[in-house]
Amino acid sequence: MLSTIGLPHYLTISAILFTLSVAGIFINRRNLILLLMCIELMLLAVNFNFVAFSRYLGDETGQVFVFFILTVAAAEAAIGLAILVVLFRNRRSINVAELDSMKG
Amino acid sequence: MDLTNNILSMLIWLPIVGGLAVLAVGDGGDADSPRAHGMRMLSLVVSLLTALLGGFLYANFDNSTAGMQFVERASWIETFNVEYYLGVDGISAPLILLTAFITPLVIVAGWDSIRQRPAQYFSAFLILEGVMIGVFCALDAVLYYVFWEAMLVPMFLIIGIWGGARRIYATIKFFLYTFLGSVLMLVAFIYLYTKTGDFSFYSFNDVPLTLFEQQLIFIAFLLAFAVKVPMWPVHTWLPDAHVEAPTGGSVILAAIMLKMGGYGFVRLSLPMLPDGSAYFAGLMIALSLIAVVYIGMVALMQKDMKKLIAYSSIAHMGFVTLGFFIVYGVGEGTGAGLGVTGGMVQMVSHGLISGALFLCVGVLYDRVHSRQIADYGGVANTMPVFAAFFVLFAMANSGLPGTSGFVGEFMVIIASFKANFWYAFLAATTLILGAAYTLWMIKRVVYGGVANEKVEALTDLNRREFVVLGVLALAVLIVGLWPAPLVDMMTVTVDRLVERLGQPKLAAL
Amino acid sequence: MQSIHLTIVLAPLAAAIVAGLFGKKIGRAGAHWVTILAVGLSFLLSLVVLKHLYWDGGTTQNYSVYTWAVSDGLRMEIGFLIDRLSALMMVVVTFVSLMVHVYTIGYMHDDPGYQRFFSYISLFTFAMLMLVMSNNFLQLFFGWEAVGLVSYLLIGFWYTRETAIFANLKAFLVNRVGDFGFILGIAGVVYFADSLDYAEVFAQADNIAAQTIRVAGFDPWNAMTLICILLFIGAMGKSAQAPLHVWLPDSMEGPTPISALIHAATMVTAGIFMVARMSPLFELSETALAVVLVIGALTAFFMGLLGIVQNDIKRVVAYSTLSQLGYMTVALGVSAYGAAIFHLMTHAFFKALLFLAAGSVIIAMHHEQDIRKMGGLKKYMPITYWTALIGSLALIGFPGSSGFFSKDALIEAVKYSHWQGQGAVYWIAYLSVLLGVFVTALYSFRMFFLVFHGKGRMDEKTRSHLHETPAVVTVPLILLAIPSATIGWLTIGPVLFGGFFAESLYVSEAHDVLARLGETFHGSAGFILHAAQGPAIWLAAAGVLVAWFLYLKRPDIPEALAAKLKPLYTLLDRKYYFDDLWIDGFAAGGRRAGSFLWQKGDQFLIDGLMVNGTAHSVGRLAGVLRHLQTGYLYHYAFAMIIALTLFLGWLLWL
Repeated sequence: MLSTIGLPHYLTISAILFTLSVAGIFINRRNLILLLMCIELMLLAVNFNFVAFSRYLGDETGQVFVFFILTVAAAEAAIGLAILVVLFRNRRSINVAELDSMKG
Repeated sequence: MDLTNNILSMLIWLPIVGGLAVLAVGDGGDADSPRAHGMRMLSLVVSLLTALLGGFLYANFDNSTAGMQFVERASWIETFNVEYYLGVDGISAPLILLTAFITPLVIVAGWDSIRQRPAQYFSAFLILEGVMIGVFCALDAVLYYVFWEAMLVPMFLIIGIWGGARRIYATIKFFLYTFLGSVLMLVAFIYLYTKTGDFSFYSFNDVPLTLFEQQLIFIAFLLAFAVKVPMWPVHTWLPDAHVEAPTGGSVILAAIMLKMGGYGFVRLSLPMLPDGSAYFAGLMIALSLIAVVYIGMVALMQKDMKKLIAYSSIAHMGFVTLGFFIVYGVGEGTGAGLGVTGGMVQMVSHGLISGALFLCVGVLYDRVHSRQIADYGGVANTMPVFAAFFVLFAMANSGLPGTSGFVGEFMVIIASFKANFWYAFLAATTLILGAAYTLWMIKRVVYGGVANEKVEALTDLNRREFVVLGVLALAVLIVGLWPAPLVDMMTVTVDRLVERLGQPKLAAL
Repeated sequence: MQSIHLTIVLAPLAAAIVAGLFGKKIGRAGAHWVTILAVGLSFLLSLVVLKHLYWDGGTTQNYSVYTWAVSDGLRMEIGFLIDRLSALMMVVVTFVSLMVHVYTIGYMHDDPGYQRFFSYISLFTFAMLMLVMSNNFLQLFFGWEAVGLVSYLLIGFWYTRETAIFANLKAFLVNRVGDFGFILGIAGVVYFADSLDYAEVFAQADNIAAQTIRVAGFDPWNAMTLICILLFIGAMGKSAQAPLHVWLPDSMEGPTPISALIHAATMVTAGIFMVARMSPLFELSETALAVVLVIGALTAFFMGLLGIVQNDIKRVVAYSTLSQLGYMTVALGVSAYGAAIFHLMTHAFFKALLFLAAGSVIIAMHHEQDIRKMGGLKKYMPITYWTALIGSLALIGFPGSSGFFSKDALIEAVKYSHWQGQGAVYWIAYLSVLLGVFVTALYSFRMFFLVFHGKGRMDEKTRSHLHETPAVVTVPLILLAIPSATIGWLTIGPVLFGGFFAESLYVSEAHDVLARLGETFHGSAGFILHAAQGPAIWLAAAGVLVAWFLYLKRPDIPEALAAKLKPLYTLLDRKYYFDDLWIDGFAAGGRRAGSFLWQKGDQFLIDGLMVNGTAHSVGRLAGVLRHLQTGYLYHYAFAMIIALTLFLGWLLWL
């Protein structure tokens, strides 16, 4: 009963990726880099959705969006890593559980 | 150029522009530099020009009409029908004159006693002056509200930067109190706008409202105005603000900013909400009488001169609100107009007297750096001229006939007798209480033997202080001996207002 | 005529301003010359006005000078009502004032505040003239308060003395209690008559009397009774009637010329003048008249008693003033307004004389005021002695002196005033004034004997310097002694019984005791003979005799008496505890109430609980809520996801 791979499959993969990344954000308490990677993964999941819908609807706009998101994500990653480096320099740690200076 | 066409705009923007100019040039951080001195001169010139414009306004003011004069009208925010709409009548004109009259005196009074950032200090007063005149001129609710709130900023800075030791506490209290009061006023304006489609006070006056609507709007206005007046029990910001404010700030606060509340009642509450006002008149009269008696007694026990005068201000402003709302206690015949006129005169007179008293305390403070009554005694020995002025203003404060303090009190007491004997009875206790707290202070500060070496070392008024107090003394005496010019300005407008109050808005529904 | 009136009023004002503001420039002599000339001018012109009204048949003038303000149909004006009543007052005021001005040159000779003093007394003259010449209630109140102001300034003239500045504050505040009633009375007049003008108000008097007003309880009050009692409270303050008399004895802290001018001759009689001026109103309320009568009678007798135990020369005279003011008030109470004003006039002369004589003694004694340290001054100061004797005789009502005529007419008037129909009130009044005569004679001559007779009790140094005071002091004494001795004889006929006040004072037919007295009046000499049959003269004589016996013959008796009647003596010495009532009762009570309201009301309840309380509870709430803010990124992210899910759910299912 092998049917063709359709939209639901792409969406399921995307949802799985998204959930993984969310779980990564919650469960990971040690490494900030992991956090950043999870965020990237989240964006990828969204991109996956965009591409899938773009193909399904026959509308290229979705793919154009993906390019934008990729660009922004790259910039974001750069900035995020830069912040991370500065943070490490200042605090000598990138342990998430120790970053609580916003505590009320 | 015909000045009468845009005199009001000139009155508002001349001091603001002048103030911004002074602020832009600055003093270079040195209070004695020629630049700082130039800014002093510039500020004085600007404020004197404004006063001159005020004189021009008075000269061209028509006493015989109740309508708005010198009207200026232009569209401002078309989407919401917000207009730049200015005009004066017999209610606002005297207060504008008061503002234009007091500000130069404040500037002269701060001439060399302000050592820290003098240019900013003077520019704050100039901007404040323009904004306050704006409040009195505005006939559009949004414009009015903008000026109303803008007024807080310079005063906030004046107290916060040039104030005394607990200035931060005082400024925050002052700001929160007054700001909290006025936001609901904005809500009321917007509600009225939904009914009328524009923000003109005239439309607000004419729109029919149910009693319930009037009651709610009255409460919204009441919070804004009662805090400004201030009425008991929302008065506690005033003593703190006065105590911490620099002399000039106290003067402007007492002389003009408190009048905003009273002005609001006559300009907005009474004509827009005649039935709502009637509904709450009993409460207002009760609060006013509490202010007169309760605050009078509290004033008696003050140890700080500025606090004492602040409390005395609250008691005197009680007469203003009493005069305005006694209208509803008085039936047909004379009395209603007398009360409103009395309240208006009391506002002007209180502006002169409390301003003068704060200046007097300022003169002492500049020399001794204390406001405590206990630190003085026998000042008359070393400062006879000053003592004469201080006693004169104290007498005016206790309502001596022949000084301006008497005029309003007399009218209000007569009007309240018409409403109820006991209203008049309680109001008249001010004769005893006012004299008691003011003259007891005089006794402890001015009279007696020289109390300590600081008093021994006092020097009498310099020429600058003499001029300021002398001008105020003249004004107090002139208004006291011949109030007719002042009263005549208001008569027609007040009569019209009282007439309006007799016509309930409910009927129009 | 109108410019004359204006000159009368404004000349002293101008002089006061010149002496006050330019005192340094014009110097001491300049100050006294400018004020004396101005007041002298006022005096001469006042005489012209009186002559015009009385001898030249001039008519009453009632006009407005300028409009003070008009509001709501109520015209508030400044204007003059010049009739015989005001003309007489003007003459009395300016004459006594002139004498005091001259006297001051001597009395204040070495005082550093010389110019200021002249400025004040000229200002006072102005204010007093405004008061008596007024044709409306507003100006009356202006004058009323302005004389109070000058009185305040003058009692505290020596402002470094603690007692003086206590006394002036007390005087002003007690007067303000009276003014409190007075302004309510004026408000009542406006309420019922809708006018401040005397003539218009008087025209509506019947109308007012027909109305009622609900004040307290269930029974409405008669409007006229309420108004009159309120106005009279004002008079009680200014004319120092019990229980508002407490300021007058203390006011003796001021310089003596002031005591003579303000606290004896003129200002304190303003209340009497006011009630007389308001006679068309008071006549319509017998209740109010009864109140006036009782207050006056009590003051006349009980304040006189206090004079017996005082040892300060000025205070004795002050209590005598209180008592005499009580007499005048009694006359008002029995509708004998003419007699009250007549006594006011004679009293102004002889009491000013007595005060100035006392001042002369004080100068000679180097500002010693205790009569126990005086004695035998007769041989050192003959002019003072003889003038003081004339003053004292006039005060006790020695036949032929001015005080005799006025006081006897007054007593007779009380005797004839049976119209009250109120037995108790009548007898209180009549007995008080009669016994008061004895008391008056007793304290007056106690003082007189202790000061001028017997042996000197002063120390050697003072004795060696004793001599008669200079001419600026003695000439006013002599000039005042002349009317003190003669004015009663000369004027009783026309003033009391000749219809002098016909137009100024209104007395209803039934109350007109003076008319009844007039039926038996046949000239001044006849009046003396008639009085000899009454008890008053003999009571006065007895008083002098007792004083002579107790204080010259057997000076040991008074002390023994005082020791024996300790409670009574203490009561008198403490002045019936009225001072304690006012100072420890009302003043302290007011301060305590103020403290309580401030600390408990303002600081604790409003500021503490409501204002800062709100701030604190917001703070506390925030303190709880802050714990939600953990600072952990994953908590925030989790919150975001939860919220997102909730919103999505909300969108999808609702």
